[in-house]
Amino acid sequence: MLANLMAWIDARLPVTEAWNKHVGQYPAPKNFNFWYFFGSLAMLVLVNQILTGVWLTMSYEPSGDGAFASVEYIMRDVDYGWLLRYMHSTGASAFFIVVYLHMFRGLIYGSYQKPRELLWIFGMLIFLVLMAEAFMGYLLPWGNMSYWGAQVIISLFGAIPVIGDDLTTWIRGDYVISGATLNRFFALHVIALPLVLVVLVFLHILALHEVGSNNPDGTDIKKKKGTVPESEQSKFKFHKQYSDKYDIVDAIPFHPYYSVKDIVGVAGFLILFCWVMFFAPEGGGYFLEAPNFEPANGLKTPEHIVPVWYFGPFYTILRVIPDKLLGMVGMFAAIGMLFALPWFDRGTVKSFRFRSKLHFLNIAQFSICFIVLGVLGTLPASDLANLIGRIASLGYFGFFIALWFYSKEEKTKPVPERVTK
Amino acid sequence: MKKIIIALLTLLPTVAFAAGGGAKLDHANNDILDKESLRNGAQTFMNYCFGCHELQYQRYNRTFADLGIDEKEGAATLIYTDAKPGDHIKNTMPKKEAADWFGSTPPDLTLVTRYRGGADWVYTYLRSFYADSERPFGVNNVIFKDVGMPHVFQQLQGVQELTAEAKAMLQLPTTEQRPLTVDDLVLTQPGDLSPADYDILVRDLANFLEYTGEPGKTERHRIGYWVLGFLVIFFIFSYFLKKEYWRDVH
Repeated sequence: MLANLMAWIDARLPVTEAWNKHVGQYPAPKNFNFWYFFGSLAMLVLVNQILTGVWLTMSYEPSGDGAFASVEYIMRDVDYGWLLRYMHSTGASAFFIVVYLHMFRGLIYGSYQKPRELLWIFGMLIFLVLMAEAFMGYLLPWGNMSYWGAQVIISLFGAIPVIGDDLTTWIRGDYVISGATLNRFFALHVIALPLVLVVLVFLHILALHEVGSNNPDGTDIKKKKGTVPESEQSKFKFHKQYSDKYDIVDAIPFHPYYSVKDIVGVAGFLILFCWVMFFAPEGGGYFLEAPNFEPANGLKTPEHIVPVWYFGPFYTILRVIPDKLLGMVGMFAAIGMLFALPWFDRGTVKSFRFRSKLHFLNIAQFSICFIVLGVLGTLPASDLANLIGRIASLGYFGFFIALWFYSKEEKTKPVPERVTK
Repeated sequence: MKKIIIALLTLLPTVAFAAGGGAKLDHANNDILDKESLRNGAQTFMNYCFGCHELQYQRYNRTFADLGIDEKEGAATLIYTDAKPGDHIKNTMPKKEAADWFGSTPPDLTLVTRYRGGADWVYTYLRSFYADSERPFGVNNVIFKDVGMPHVFQQLQGVQELTAEAKAMLQLPTTEQRPLTVDDLVLTQPGDLSPADYDILVRDLANFLEYTGEPGKTERHRIGYWVLGFLVIFFIFSYFLKKEYWRDVH
């Protein structure tokens, strides 16, 4: 009966075929480690944000007069509304945590290198849209930090010569942040950007499956057809799209091996996530900032206007550059550098395991600078903070420049033919 | 790199300072599970605060239910307007005029503990008024300088004044002054309550305001333990499931 139904569907839409190609018979390297949990976790959080977001929308009121009160209505009068709201607000921070770790994985194992440049670009586009999504979502509770945070960031565009002032008015839909701004941010946050995000995630995964997954050793698990003896090949059955073209080594089907492994990751992640959500949903004032429990007030500026922690690194780069326009250029350049990473790296060895000591140190200093920039972004500005911020900004950009210079003639270790474990 | 680390370490106190909201706060040691304390706090709020401050996001009947107050009894003892038990806790003070009387409209207090720094802030604030003849209502506040609010508990607490040392400090040039703290105050004229009883009154009020900040907090904690317990068991099972499957691989 069920088999007949599947056959009926498959004759009209290749569901079984797609399942096998992308899940049941997709060859994944067998040596994925801890760092490979964060892709599936990002998907989990995306689903969480969409589902809780849909339910929040049912009770939220996108207007200057009603937004703040409607959030409190959700927190008090909607059954389990507090749970939906905290799942969504904690999810926003969790999204950036897993995405940053996911990007770091790609960085250390060289997963952006040829032939995965487009995969990396799609990932970076996801990151960019995610930041826009988070920025607009942060305005919606209509708290005082929502208001002033948006005020500061949108006014940056005013630094653009000639069109700056008109541009900021166009973005806000008003001369100040107002209900009009709130309404358009709501539209973009709940419809436009999530749609784009989902499409990009789909493309990200399609692109991944076209070129295949990298692994911690950076070796190629797809060897030229006919070069590997039968006994050396992976004993599992893979989809013919992969096995017809290549001899596949060191690989296992994604399902059931990585699906059951990812469930362990999901359980571990949820323990941490729920711990924060149920016992510290404010995240120490970093996930939900205290001034945001006061309604938006255009006449009362919070003591320190700071962006949410996940914008910290880029906000600091903006702030430590003395000129407003150059600061904005610097901030966008910081993201632009990440887009161009596959072309800054002129090496052919992917994983840091087989690259030079210099490369290891470069990644280490980059990571430290990124964290320092992030911490500074949540602190009030001071001369000392600006100085440290400038040094860290140099470290950030220096990573890419240095990489371009040393990667061409880098002293690397020989990459093994097969994975090491 | 070492320089950065050292510089970062020197920044750490700033982080702690920023998180604490700036002023040194006393601990209220309140407990939102203590319903009697919450009921006392609610009564104090309605008697002393409600004339000027609202709890516009909080409903009477939700408060009664959460605090274990019978709805009829609550309506008789805690509703001072013609509001129905299902209504929000709102007063009838004209907002515009109030701004003229006090310098600014008395803020809504539903979420005060969430934007100020917890029950500790409310607890400390209400114990930090001191006599200052230069202010319109004759009082100032150590952790909220030049606040527009009169000391509504003066009858109960009595009059506090700055210590001689603090007064001398305020005579120094502004660059040499330090911020006032609660330690700079001394009770010069006792009130109707002993200092210990006054502290309890203020603690209960702060406790009640922490409750109104998030009425679902106790339920959140209760569910949280069950969820975490389930997840830990789920984690163990999922780990062994993975191990079982991966036997084919190794």
